Amino acid sequence: MKTVTDEATPKRSERAASFTTISGRPIERVYTAADVAALDYARDIADPGVFPYTRGIHPTGYRGKLWTMRQFAGYGTPEETNARYKALLRAGGTGLSVAFDLPTLMGRDPDHELSLGEVGKCGVNVTSLADMETLFDGIALGDITTSMTINSPAAMIFAMYLVVAEKQGASWKKISGTIQNDILKEFIAQKEYIFPPRPSMRIITDIFAFCATEVPKWNTISVSGYHIREAGSTALQELAFTLRDGLEYVQWGVDAGLDVDAFVPQMSFFFNAHSDFFEEIAKYRAARKLWATAMRDRFGARSERSWKLRFHSQTAGVSLTAQQPYNNVVRTALQALAAVLGGTNSLHTNSLDEALALPTAETATLALRTQQIIAHESGVTNVVDPLGGSYFVEKLTQDMVDGARAYFDAIDQMGGMVEAIERGFPQKEIAESAYRFQQSVERREKVIVGVNDFVQEDEPPIAILYIDETAADRQLAKLDALKRTRSQADVARALDALRRTAKTKGNLMPPIIDAVRAYATVGEMCDALREVWGEYEEVPII
Amino acid sequence: MRKIRVVIAKPGLDGHDRGAKVIARALRDAGMEVIYTGLRQTPEQIASAALQEDADVIGLSILSGAHNHIAPRLMELLKQKGLDDVLVVIGGIIPDVDIPKLKAMGVKGIFLPGTPMQEIIEFINTNARSRNLKSEV
Repeated sequence: MKTVTDEATPKRSERAASFTTISGRPIERVYTAADVAALDYARDIADPGVFPYTRGIHPTGYRGKLWTMRQFAGYGTPEETNARYKALLRAGGTGLSVAFDLPTLMGRDPDHELSLGEVGKCGVNVTSLADMETLFDGIALGDITTSMTINSPAAMIFAMYLVVAEKQGASWKKISGTIQNDILKEFIAQKEYIFPPRPSMRIITDIFAFCATEVPKWNTISVSGYHIREAGSTALQELAFTLRDGLEYVQWGVDAGLDVDAFVPQMSFFFNAHSDFFEEIAKYRAARKLWATAMRDRFGARSERSWKLRFHSQTAGVSLTAQQPYNNVVRTALQALAAVLGGTNSLHTNSLDEALALPTAETATLALRTQQIIAHESGVTNVVDPLGGSYFVEKLTQDMVDGARAYFDAIDQMGGMVEAIERGFPQKEIAESAYRFQQSVERREKVIVGVNDFVQEDEPPIAILYIDETAADRQLAKLDALKRTRSQADVARALDALRRTAKTKGNLMPPIIDAVRAYATVGEMCDALREVWGEYEEVPII
Repeated sequence: MRKIRVVIAKPGLDGHDRGAKVIARALRDAGMEVIYTGLRQTPEQIASAALQEDADVIGLSILSGAHNHIAPRLMELLKQKGLDDVLVVIGGIIPDVDIPKLKAMGVKGIFLPGTPMQEIIEFINTNARSRNLKSEV
């Protein structure tokens, strides 16, 4: 690190010996033309809408279309969540985003031993097609876009959505939305995996192939850095691991015989919007440049649609504090502003009470209002990439690009991301960063207002959403009724067909859709695949 | 003198293990012997691990809201196995209204988001069962 020691600006005039981002990256006192001298505008930055899209994928930015305000929501039963969705749409939300509970995410029915105490707690419980029909009752799937945060059982939940759309008369060719479907970051960070990495990757390439022809407007994957960051990575690690995951999916798609330009345009990304304002903006700008370059030069993609990285962002849940929770509104607003200045295509803003519980209807509305104020009052949407050309932002962007490429090289050396995960490389890197950050908080090198400084005793408690246990009882009763009314023979036949396909190279989507139509449950479909592929167990790394 | 032995466990279906791992490492750096069970442990598995590892302390990391189901079952199993002198602490997201219930069933320490690691280390050092006393009985 360069230190400033000239006499005119003695070091002792500064508050600290060094200044670093929240990720620990050293930051200079001032940036000048010398820091960006090596950058060529046309090659490295370019106008918005022009390769490598550092300044954005649209020439008109938010003057053309604002980002989608997509608030992640779900709790309890499908009935309760359906009511919350209708309220969000009435409040001006422009897309839906489904939060599923842990049993659904882990492919377990409510009556499984491990579902005890978890049904409807962290999201909505969806066990079968019947629940999906209820979840979207009265919401026209042809008119809205829906994002679904689902990974290991993504194919099953997506199949349910397709069947509901079909029953509503909405064409698969026209509906749009996103499934997260990013299993690599589950192995790396969030740990909601079911099957081992290789069959898990096969499900994903099957979805790519199926959607390329059947559901062409659907985002087949949302390659996610959000959870990597929440698990404790630095901004650079979030960027590098996420983009390298993206490259891994493209490689597997190509290896499965797909043409790059036939499936890559349906891939999207998902980043964290954390607290260090400029580092985040640089991260998004670097992501677009890295992706465009890799698609063109590494994979030979010729379609501009393959080059353009589109991303959703969510403010950092991990930055929210249980102490002085109203401070979280301010944190979230700043993080959201960074995402917008970085050119996010859609955004979720967290609610002030999320360090304590799932949000109440009031706090969720305030979070949406935060986005609306940025969009309609702040004026930042009038100009595309307003920070482009800033010595600091351009230098930081390029540093992020270079740093990410160094990680790409290291992971390529290991044989790819699946191999890197199998040796625990990204997991170790993240655990290390998480511990280092915690230590810097303990030593008060990093200040968290209300937690390790500016502490206030005797805070009045705030009202939180309390999810009672009746959601589990109601879901169990519905599951019981379903098993008595559906045709058990149809379910058994469909599950057999699914097992048979899993043993061959056939595409898994058609037998999964058939099983969904027969009202097979998420747990039954996942169990059928568990029988064929087994379950993944990680070696924990501290 | 023997080091304090701590089993850190992550029960339920949740995979968010940042807190569990950071505390495991902080306790280890503070001189304790730490066994991290890994993810998705049932109360039965946690109680068995505590018995097998001769644990002085069990630390549960729970963020998902499943604590009202997991804690009572674990406390019951510990009693059955004669491990009621093992110090049980929980870290995570626990609504205020649940804290008295958990304390009443014998969970001694409940650490909410933002708790300094040092506070948890000191709590364990003060409250972990004393091995020397136990061997004299």
